[in-house]
Amino acid sequence: MSYHTALHAAHVSLSAKMGEFAGYDMPLYYGLGVKREHEWVRENAGLFDVSHMGQVSLTGKGTQDLLERLTPSSYDKLGINRMKYTVLMNEEGGIIDDLMVTKTADDEFHLVINAGCKDKDIAWIKENLTDGIEFKHYDDWALMALQGPKAEGIIKDVLGIDLSDTPYMSLWYKDYSMFISRVGYTGEDGFEISVQNDDAVDLWNKLLSHDAVEPIGLAARDSLRLEMGYCLYGHDIDSKTTPIEAGIGWVMGKANTGFIGADKVLPQKDNGVTKKRVGIKLTGKGIAREGAEIRNLEDEVIGALSSGGFSPSLNVSIGQGYVPTEYADAGQSLFVTVRGRNIEAEVSKMPFMSPKTKAMK
Amino acid sequence: MADFKYTKDHECVYVDGDIASVGITQHAQDALGDLVFIELPETGKSVVVGDEVAVVESVKTAAEVYTPVAGEIVEVNTPISDELELISSPINENGWLVKLKISDASALNALMDSAAYDAYLKEID
Repeated sequence: MSYHTALHAAHVSLSAKMGEFAGYDMPLYYGLGVKREHEWVRENAGLFDVSHMGQVSLTGKGTQDLLERLTPSSYDKLGINRMKYTVLMNEEGGIIDDLMVTKTADDEFHLVINAGCKDKDIAWIKENLTDGIEFKHYDDWALMALQGPKAEGIIKDVLGIDLSDTPYMSLWYKDYSMFISRVGYTGEDGFEISVQNDDAVDLWNKLLSHDAVEPIGLAARDSLRLEMGYCLYGHDIDSKTTPIEAGIGWVMGKANTGFIGADKVLPQKDNGVTKKRVGIKLTGKGIAREGAEIRNLEDEVIGALSSGGFSPSLNVSIGQGYVPTEYADAGQSLFVTVRGRNIEAEVSKMPFMSPKTKAMK
Repeated sequence: MADFKYTKDHECVYVDGDIASVGITQHAQDALGDLVFIELPETGKSVVVGDEVAVVESVKTAAEVYTPVAGEIVEVNTPISDELELISSPINENGWLVKLKISDASALNALMDSAAYDAYLKEID
């Protein structure tokens, strides 16, 4: 038995290849196929159903303090309707989930959390709630992402909404029926649109009716985010990796020293870490996927790919993995082992290609 | 005698005398999506039925190609690894992956002919 989003029937009627993801029956790809879906997003705009993700809010006095305990970020300087990428952390400094946080008013925040982490995140947040904070789970709301260079124009054409003045990492809304965030997981300019389930199919079909829009499945969502070096929770980060090891220490706010896991992570900031997440690009022929061993030039196993695959934009195999810090500098030569064969590879800076997200204002 | 035969794993073999060309069917190509890499073996290797003779990879997955007949790999289709779209050509033209000198043809009798393979595709659809 798997969960369905409000758009499930729409995917089936588009003859999507469906597959299970985080307990949901989700579209993996549609008629174009993964490679052309990927390219379509980079050139036009793709529409993704991401309603499996969790949308929750926290409101009331003390909410900002709570978030500064649950996450290592600071929210004082975050403007109203501005967003931040951050992580929920455990006492050991490990990552419970990565998430987007939007400040909609003082002590009023909206969170988007990973589908596979919803239950544990919600339990964790509730366990840490203090008096006066109200928690709400918008489980009857859908979320779709429109991503690509043509996204802004499409929203204008289809919905008549001009988002040209909406900066990257910020939220637009007029009434309480539709919330549009300029954000995404592809490295392209784009938006995530939240509406109630009852309005989801209508909006999906409206956006799809635009010539520049194709529906895009989770497979291309993965190859798109991989080119940007974004983390996929449960693969590239998990409860045993810290933000410093993951190379996302920048989510930590200088002013915040009281977050859960601080006593484990703050020393890492000063003393360094023994392993680091790096980008890995194959320089030899082949494709390396999650789980492939990473070896040094002496043929000793030093790690494994936490994710990996073919990059349609770069036409090479790319991935991420954790290696001992002495191997973590860009340009470091390595091997990645595929079916018993060592393929030449090197540590690469991430993102693997420049993001085209709109500059923050 | 020249002949096409098919496996349930969607390999295709074309037999011409004692040489067998091995490739994958259109159905396999459709299921994989656009290919992004093909790994070919070395020539000179002897293989038995079920041995991996190539790997074809799309963005989403890697699929091993197993030989449906025993023999020695006498030729690999090197151009196809640079020009992946050749895979959609007929395997008696440019769409083959490896050619084997057949050492034991008996396994070929158990394979499907094109009518049986078409029926099989309808059945699994």
